[in-house]
Amino acid sequence: MGSIALEHVNKFFGTHAVIPDVSLTIEDGAFVVFVGPSGCGKSTLLRLIAGLEDTSSGIIRLDGEDVTRKGPAQRQLAMVFQSYALYPHMTVRQNIAFPLKMAEQSKEMIARKVEDAARVLNLTDYLDRKPRQLSGRQRQRVAIGRAIVRQPKAFLFDEPLSNLDAALRVNMRLEITELHQQLKTTMVYVTHDQVEAMTMADRIVVLNAGRVEQYGTPMELYRSPANKFVAGFIGSPKMNFIEGEAASPFGAASVGVRPEHMLIARDRGEWKGRVGVAEHLGSDTFLHVHVDGIGLMTVRTGGEIDFFHGDDVWLTPDPSRLYRFARDGQALR
Amino acid sequence: MARSVTLQKKLTFTALAWAVAFLLFFPIFWTILTSFKPEAQAIASPPVIIPSWTLENYVEVQARSDYFRHFANSVWISVGSTLIALLIAIPAAWAMAFAPTPKTKDVLMWMLSTKMMPAVGVLVPMYLLFHDFGLLDTVWGLTMVLTLINLPIVIWMLYTYFKEIPVDILEAARMDGAVLWKELVYVLVPMAVPGIASTLLLNIILAWNEAFWTINLTASKAAPLTAFISSFSSPQGLFWAKLSAASTLAIAPILVLGWLSQRQLVRGLTFGAVK
Ligand SMILES: Nc1ncnc2c1ncn2[C@@H]1O[C@H](COP(=O)(O)OP(=O)(O)OP(=O)(O)O)[C@@H](O)[C@H]1O
Ligand SMILES: [Mg+2]
Repeated sequence: MGSIALEHVNKFFGTHAVIPDVSLTIEDGAFVVFVGPSGCGKSTLLRLIAGLEDTSSGIIRLDGEDVTRKGPAQRQLAMVFQSYALYPHMTVRQNIAFPLKMAEQSKEMIARKVEDAARVLNLTDYLDRKPRQLSGRQRQRVAIGRAIVRQPKAFLFDEPLSNLDAALRVNMRLEITELHQQLKTTMVYVTHDQVEAMTMADRIVVLNAGRVEQYGTPMELYRSPANKFVAGFIGSPKMNFIEGEAASPFGAASVGVRPEHMLIARDRGEWKGRVGVAEHLGSDTFLHVHVDGIGLMTVRTGGEIDFFHGDDVWLTPDPSRLYRFARDGQALR
Repeated sequence: MARSVTLQKKLTFTALAWAVAFLLFFPIFWTILTSFKPEAQAIASPPVIIPSWTLENYVEVQARSDYFRHFANSVWISVGSTLIALLIAIPAAWAMAFAPTPKTKDVLMWMLSTKMMPAVGVLVPMYLLFHDFGLLDTVWGLTMVLTLINLPIVIWMLYTYFKEIPVDILEAARMDGAVLWKELVYVLVPMAVPGIASTLLLNIILAWNEAFWTINLTASKAAPLTAFISSFSSPQGLFWAKLSAASTLAIAPILVLGWLSQRQLVRGLTFGAVK
């Protein structure tokens, strides 16, 4: 009821290929997150699915039906924008009712569905306000209400949380995940925040310069990144990379090791170094260690460990968790 | 900030503003005064300031040519041409603001450039066209010409207002299932109401006061108030008092309209500047 397929989709702006040849299948009911650095084409890819941009070539299918030449109004998808894009001249009630009005549903039907959506989203008391009289979080909810009210084939989200402060973001993240579990409707969610991607997604699409670097479950991406870009992008703090001479004993152009896959000791280990900045978070400690012959590495240790700036230390990587990459960045297995 | 402005400064600026306003308004004021003087008083030197409040000019002006017919023509032409221009300009400005191509800016400049040409340059071809199509001295003909003449300004004004509207909101409407005309009617137009209203008012005023085509393409039947005024600067000599009475009658309606809508006009013209 809501599968999405892209077949060799290209998008050019002028002569600049923003999306060079992407093929992708999103299964019905999945929560798929597009993640990647700023400007990599996440929004463009989402807008191509929405029909807000025309493809330069390639085919887009919804439930197997070719919709490449259909406009956004005919695709029956709902979208939540970063700016919320509420209609400022309409009340909350009218905003939520708008998609139903466009679908020419009966007055009673519209009233009932709007009431239902408002109840689910705790908006009942605000139905007669204008958007400018709402807080950021309430606006966000109205935008979601407007999206769910007409039971679309899929929801598209373009960085919907980036205008909220950090605490609210975590909250809304949970609400959206919960919504997905209730509705079981396909959701495509764009973000540049890999934490959002890891926590919300069934499957993640990692994009880089318009190309799909890897498509898999969060744990697949974490455990076996297909290349150096994905390895560096997924995981926080970032994976450490050992380049050049220091990597050659491992038979690779570069070697990656995650901060949480290293042991730190005062007296012995594989690599000798000196602690630079130590970030004590309480639950964890992030140590930035200057390692001889390799450079700066980040190590994640327990919260109650007392290593401080200037301490001499030894690091030992978990040999089963070393990632080796060829010169072109592809993972060596 | 308001507190740091001293009373003296305030008074100076207020006086200055009044002086400028008076300077701008004086010709209109003098015209109105003159219209209440007998002919001899109107041309007296040194000028007579306080008129003797006679109404004879108004009576004679109405007797010589029917004011109300001209008034009706003016209303028809200015309101009609403005409404038609808006109907054409709203979709046009939508396209330029929200679906621009690399050539959009050029098209906008080209439209504006047609306003830089002196109208008299195309008087002869226009006259001949009007003659051949039987449009001379018709309200429809004039409405059409004024629509075309003001269209560039209407499109430009709407374009600037539309540019202020976030495209996200229109895209949201499309996602919500609105086809193009619904997007325009339910979302774009209601959001642009202040801009559209001030465009409408300004354009009615411009069309009301347009004096080149309205005088040159009419004789009597379709003549609006501009032609009515000019008929009083006749070959038999200038009759200042009667001319003033005619002018006062002609500008009174638009003055009242401007006065009543000044708040809307100011809000519309500063739209975007003060968000
Ligand atoms: N209408 C457009 N015309 C020309 N270039 C565009 C247009 N829209 C996007 N681009 C370019 O396409 C590339 C991808 O843009 P896009 O908005 O998809 O990136 P993004 O991944 O969503 O970035 P962000 O995280 O900053 O939102 C960028 O280089 C951008 O400059
Ligand atoms: Mg984006």
